Amino acid sequence: MKMKTKKAFFGYLFFSPWIIGFIFFTAYPFFYSLYLSFFNVRFKSTGIESTFVGLKHYIYAFRGDVNFPLALTDTLINIILSVPLILIFSLIIAILLNSQIKARAFFRLLYFLPVVIISGPVVSELVSNNAARIVDPGKYFIYKFFTTLPDRISFPFLYMFDNLVLILWFSGVQIIFFLAGLQKINSSVYEAAKIDGANSWIIFWKITLPLIRPFILVNAIYTIMELASFANNSINGVITMHMFDIDKPYSYSSALSWIYFISIAIIIAITYLLLKERRRV
Amino acid sequence: MKYNKYLNPKRYINTKILIYIILIGVGYAYLYPMLYMISTSFMSAEDLINPTIRWLPVHPSLRNFRLAFDVLEVTKTFFNSVYLSLVPSILQTLSTAIIAYGLARFEFPLKKLFFVLVLLTFLIPTQTTLVTKYMLFSRLKIAGTPLASFLPTLFGQGIKSTIFILLYYNFFSMLPRALDEAAEIDGATQMQIFWKIMLPLSIPAIVTTFIFSLVWYWNETLLSGLLVGNTLKTLPLALRDFVAKYAEMFPSQIGNSTNRLNEGIRMAATLITILPLLITYLFLQRQFIESIEKAGITGE
Repeated sequence: MKMKTKKAFFGYLFFSPWIIGFIFFTAYPFFYSLYLSFFNVRFKSTGIESTFVGLKHYIYAFRGDVNFPLALTDTLINIILSVPLILIFSLIIAILLNSQIKARAFFRLLYFLPVVIISGPVVSELVSNNAARIVDPGKYFIYKFFTTLPDRISFPFLYMFDNLVLILWFSGVQIIFFLAGLQKINSSVYEAAKIDGANSWIIFWKITLPLIRPFILVNAIYTIMELASFANNSINGVITMHMFDIDKPYSYSSALSWIYFISIAIIIAITYLLLKERRRV
Repeated sequence: MKYNKYLNPKRYINTKILIYIILIGVGYAYLYPMLYMISTSFMSAEDLINPTIRWLPVHPSLRNFRLAFDVLEVTKTFFNSVYLSLVPSILQTLSTAIIAYGLARFEFPLKKLFFVLVLLTFLIPTQTTLVTKYMLFSRLKIAGTPLASFLPTLFGQGIKSTIFILLYYNFFSMLPRALDEAAEIDGATQMQIFWKIMLPLSIPAIVTTFIFSLVWYWNETLLSGLLVGNTLKTLPLALRDFVAKYAEMFPSQIGNSTNRLNEGIRMAATLITILPLLITYLFLQRQFIESIEKAGITGE
């Protein structure tokens, strides 16, 4: 019994920095920003004075603000379309990198490059100087074909073609995650399947995919968060722009960030429900 | 009939060729921006205008780099960048190890709840706490100082700290219990066990955490731009403000057209910004890739 309490004590001792940090640097700013979003803040010589305004900021965000709804939908559509593309692409690359190939070290060196150099300003320089446009997709038949289709159908495809290189550049960490997952699969499982006559297509669907499934979920959530927090999102501009508004400093900005947080949380919840492991009966 | 295609050599070779084609093709898409950046940054203004010149500059010059170097104020921003990424990544490597050790090796009340909270913190977008973090730090009078970036890191709330805690957690969980039991019998304290036994065994996790942390702190612009950006400008922040700064240093009315901002200068600036990371990566890539695989970043 004494041993057990001693262990618990040391557990808390090691873990306690996190609890302190969580209270001060995560939980407090998080809930305080929720609080602020319902108030108007005014700076006085005596201190900060806040008056309750209810949902005013939230309503204004959608009814009165010109930029915010656009920036929000822009960022969300970007996330919703990019995540599946990044996942599929990084899984394919990870499987290829995991196969018996020559110059494996060289390819890995190349494919992990974006992990190291990707940052908001670098990406925006590359994009604004057309360095991220490897080929002009507009020249190709397939692109033209999709432009003739109704907007609603063609939009995701055109988006994919337009952002191909950026999607590749966002896949660095995801490739590493998948590669680590693939290497945990015991190779004897594959051998057994091959002896039983399974081809690589069947092996992929029946063995690799189910075994890698938890990694897909982890990767999907990681990708959503990576894209959501990326400094270049148009939503960042809107949120920081309103931070020091004279009539409603901090409050309106907080409301916007909470709308954003809730939207991202919904996307993550849907992703979780779609990708979580179903218990076999 | 259908058994074992893998014994069919022709088919096998075709698959191999296809794999190489895809890998090289996609690899080109990765290399293209790099090559474009390098080739454009060496081009003189005439080369940039000349449509017949695509990759190899005819009049290669270092002028773009000289201009970009001055506008970025590299001598200052480089050391700011080193300072603002090295210190927090060392703190992060240490603090997340300690935190994860507590979670992985001890049983204590509410542990499950804390574990879930650790995971949940990852799901808060940076933007959500941006405003209030700024308010908090300005009230503590540390907004604008490096402490605003270091302090959260010290308490396990740095950039993507959840990932590092999970990484260490997996690593420490894999180490056999017999190790610390033996050490305890020999009279070692918990601190000694952690420092002398567990940490030395988790070098792959330490290396991975340190490199990732360094890279993410180096590239961070959203939070650091707001918290410390006005006093200590890092290279990526200087790159973000490059166009405005350039216009300020070389007003287009004065001076001749040769000083006008062109993509050669901008690409040179981008290259300068990522060069330190590229060099680090080329030196450490072996440890980097191997340690990720050994550390098993994703866990079970």
